[in-house]
Amino acid sequence: MSDEKIDKGAVVTAGTITKGADPGAAKTAAAAPSKTNQPAAPAGPQPHGITRRSFFSTLGIGWVAFSGAMGAGLTATARFMFPNVLFEPVQSFKAGFPSDYTVGKVDERWKEAYGTWLVRTDDGLYALSTTCTHLGCTPNWLPAENKFKCPCHGSGFYPSGINFEGPAPRPLERYKIVLGDDGQIFIDKNQKYQQEKGQWSDPDAFLRYTG
Amino acid sequence: MADGPPINTSEVKKKDLVTYVRESQIWNSIFRHGPPNNDRNRALAVITNVFLHLHPVRVRKSGLRLKYTWCMGGVTFFLFIVETITGLLLMFYYRPTVEYAYADIWDLREQVPLGIMRELHRWGAHAMVISVWLHMLRVFMTGSYKPPREFNWNVGVFLLVLTLLLSFTGYLLPWDQLAMWAVTVGSNMARATPLLGYEGPGSSLLRLGDISLVHAGNDARFALLAGRFVGAGALLRFYVLHCVGIPVVATILMAVHFWRVRKDGGISGPV
Repeated sequence: MSDEKIDKGAVVTAGTITKGADPGAAKTAAAAPSKTNQPAAPAGPQPHGITRRSFFSTLGIGWVAFSGAMGAGLTATARFMFPNVLFEPVQSFKAGFPSDYTVGKVDERWKEAYGTWLVRTDDGLYALSTTCTHLGCTPNWLPAENKFKCPCHGSGFYPSGINFEGPAPRPLERYKIVLGDDGQIFIDKNQKYQQEKGQWSDPDAFLRYTG
Repeated sequence: MADGPPINTSEVKKKDLVTYVRESQIWNSIFRHGPPNNDRNRALAVITNVFLHLHPVRVRKSGLRLKYTWCMGGVTFFLFIVETITGLLLMFYYRPTVEYAYADIWDLREQVPLGIMRELHRWGAHAMVISVWLHMLRVFMTGSYKPPREFNWNVGVFLLVLTLLLSFTGYLLPWDQLAMWAVTVGSNMARATPLLGYEGPGSSLLRLGDISLVHAGNDARFALLAGRFVGAGALLRFYVLHCVGIPVVATILMAVHFWRVRKDGGISGPV
């Protein structure tokens, strides 16, 4: 066993000496017993079987694997901060029958639970968002003054949702409002309609009802 | 260290108490230098102490003049310690849930002994914001932000931001109307984050066909509040950030800040 090792080493050593020569020449040289143990050339196969090239490719694979693992771990950790289930009120709800609402009145029954005002006009109904378009506070409905007034910075809105005073830059948003198969009003807050974008004329932004 | 007096137990009975303590193994294991009666030992006293070594070994005479420094950096650090201690004490009573938060604040004021504790925390917070600004003003007015101190100025700006974030996150915890709406308004700014906020510039570019990749349910504000609006998730998140996250980062940056004062040549002198 140990003799073989020595032999191998001799071949390598011989290879070093006859650098650049053909393998046959190396073998011939190996036949001659060489006592001098010269250091192996960097380019040739090392005693451990690791070349410079294979070392760096292994290192590269290692770094890629490490970076990938770190990236995956960080991504998963970042994802951890975004919960899948929210314990918030649902974004859509049934709001009873259109006949439940009085013409010309701003109805506040869904304000607390769903952040929505339902306004009945002669022609029908629309659902107004209770989020002030200035900085997101909740305005109050003041029946005596016939306006929505935000307590944070004083923005005022007409019952239609149009802003007319204070810092609010645009009207209140309206939500999708349709009549369900059971005859009840269905409001979907995922779908918003903005007056300044001309979206209030969308059929789903206003529920026609004259009953 | 080498300067420490040799321990000679045979003579203990002849020595007074101070000498006895100074020569004990306990003392010498803690303080590895002789009495600070010469320059070398005084320097060693600073260098071998983990807290003192953040400070300059020597301080300029001008650095001690109140008229020059206003001591606002020191006052800020003192207030940070006050906030840490009072805040830690408040944590023994306060529960960051929708159910209990407001009642616990009330309880702290009306029922818990030393009902001023929460007010101390609040006043300290206000004072700290003021002292941070004054510190910044002093550093600016004395030109102490100039090289070689420009890096430390930037560390200080981060500390300023962290101080304001501490104020902002602490604002929500009483869970009253003011807290709710102040944080609602404040966090709405996160909606306008470029790319990451659903109303921010560029976020509309991130879409697959008709599906918007950045919306109210996954944008920067959502990550901050753990929801679409300020609710239970936001209260808990702000609590964790207020009590652990931001203070830890601020502490690390403060260590860097103090250390750099030393490394950048001590407190700057009058021009």
